[in-house]
Amino acid sequence: MLILECPYCGVKAEETELSPGHEAHLKRFGPGSSDEDFESYMFARKNPKGVHFERWRHSYGCGKWFLAARCTATLEVFGTYPAQTSEPPPDIVARIKARRPEWEGYK
Amino acid sequence: MKRYSVFAIAREALRHHTGWERAWASPEPKPSYDVIVIGAGGHGLATAYYLGKNFGITNVAVIEKGWLGGGNTGRNTTIIRSNYLQDPSAAIYEKARSLYETLSQDLNYNVMFSPRGLLMLAQTHHEVRGYMRTVHANLLQGVETEWIGPEQVKRLVPIMNIHGPRYPVLGALLQKRGGTARHDAVAWGYARACSAMGMDIIQQCEVKGVRSEGGLVTGVETTKGFIGTKKLAIVVAGHSGQVAEMAGFRLPVEAVALQALVSEPVKPCIDVVVMANTVHGYMSQSDKGELVIGGGTDSFNNFTQRGSFHHIEETLRALVETFPIISRLKMLRQWGGIVDMTGDRSPILSKTPLGNCFINCGWGTGGFKAIPGSGWAMAELVAKGEPGALAAEFGMDRFREGRFIDESVAAGVAH
Repeated sequence: MLILECPYCGVKAEETELSPGHEAHLKRFGPGSSDEDFESYMFARKNPKGVHFERWRHSYGCGKWFLAARCTATLEVFGTYPAQTSEPPPDIVARIKARRPEWEGYK
Repeated sequence: MKRYSVFAIAREALRHHTGWERAWASPEPKPSYDVIVIGAGGHGLATAYYLGKNFGITNVAVIEKGWLGGGNTGRNTTIIRSNYLQDPSAAIYEKARSLYETLSQDLNYNVMFSPRGLLMLAQTHHEVRGYMRTVHANLLQGVETEWIGPEQVKRLVPIMNIHGPRYPVLGALLQKRGGTARHDAVAWGYARACSAMGMDIIQQCEVKGVRSEGGLVTGVETTKGFIGTKKLAIVVAGHSGQVAEMAGFRLPVEAVALQALVSEPVKPCIDVVVMANTVHGYMSQSDKGELVIGGGTDSFNNFTQRGSFHHIEETLRALVETFPIISRLKMLRQWGGIVDMTGDRSPILSKTPLGNCFINCGWGTGGFKAIPGSGWAMAELVAKGEPGALAAEFGMDRFREGRFIDESVAAGVAH
């Protein structure tokens, strides 16, 4: 059972209370961008076996979107943080590095 | 390879079964091959088999990180059907279903194909309209399906409660030629036939890297050393993204866990496959008497081969409403498989940015039924370097060009 702590209301919510929103920190491409950029923004999601950054919504709680760092191979959660960030915050990165020394960092 | 037959059984009975040979060889890898297939599941082995059978290419290695048929081929609910809405899907799944009919004879290996019939229940008015549309499409595609009313559903499946309080059964799509097969036997049968053609099936051999030069693959780095190849076929399901990354390109797939479970064995009580897509459950009875039950996928990326418990609860809650007789059955085993999902829920059989590398993936939650057709089409793609009629629409450039094969609308969840 996956449990994430909502960074807004502080509730430790289990997954039936949450809705997954897939990859976080997407760089958006719209009109005027190249076909390659638009295709990769639309479809080519990161699919790592290991450290992954995701959007989640506390849908049966406060209703807010937030972000989570999680390991897709073990379901270990490294931390959650507000959605108003364009890349993983330093404290989350440090926590991941401590737990996964071989991790190559956020790309 | 000695053929299996009634005479072989009689002969071995007379000499205390001392003459059976191993079904397939376990050789060490040669320095190089004409084709390497990564992944000895159903799709990979079928690809190798049809490369040999249809194109005479037998200098082939199938390499596998675990044991053959140990991934999703050994983890599915063994359902075979071809009642798809879109023409390209109906074509490849129907090819697969028709190959299943004669697969035991073709492979000289009993895959226990049982065309017992398959029902897709319509439990909302939206589903009624959707399945009627599918039946009409199937008529045009040459796929034999029909629409039946609730009374006929009840006659086919007496243990079903068609007056459920939440989701009454309003009718069903029936594919009489659909059914099940013994999933492990499909992998074993293909493996034995490949081995008999002189192909090498190399298990416990994990791919660690793909070596390429000037846009062409030269070979793969594995836990058993470097193996050279003229062509590479990536057919690995759940981990397609990881292998593609080694080859230097990204796939439009995400991996999620799909679960299944079986009950304790009981006397025969249901002799068709029943799928209920509104409530996310499907059920059939195995030859051992276990009820084989599948449900929906987790909705977040997951490589753990477990899956979330609440999905089982959802599935069973719905099935108990539809089949009240099973409410006191104990469940024996539960497991998960990692399926790769594409944006349009249709598979990818495609050329890749590397000229001599081809990929077959993205079968999502419905790969088992497609094994023979997928192998047939993939072998053609690998042998000729260009997709044939079956694979043509499944290239991954369809995402860039907007030519989706939109089965997520047609098939709901249980694909």
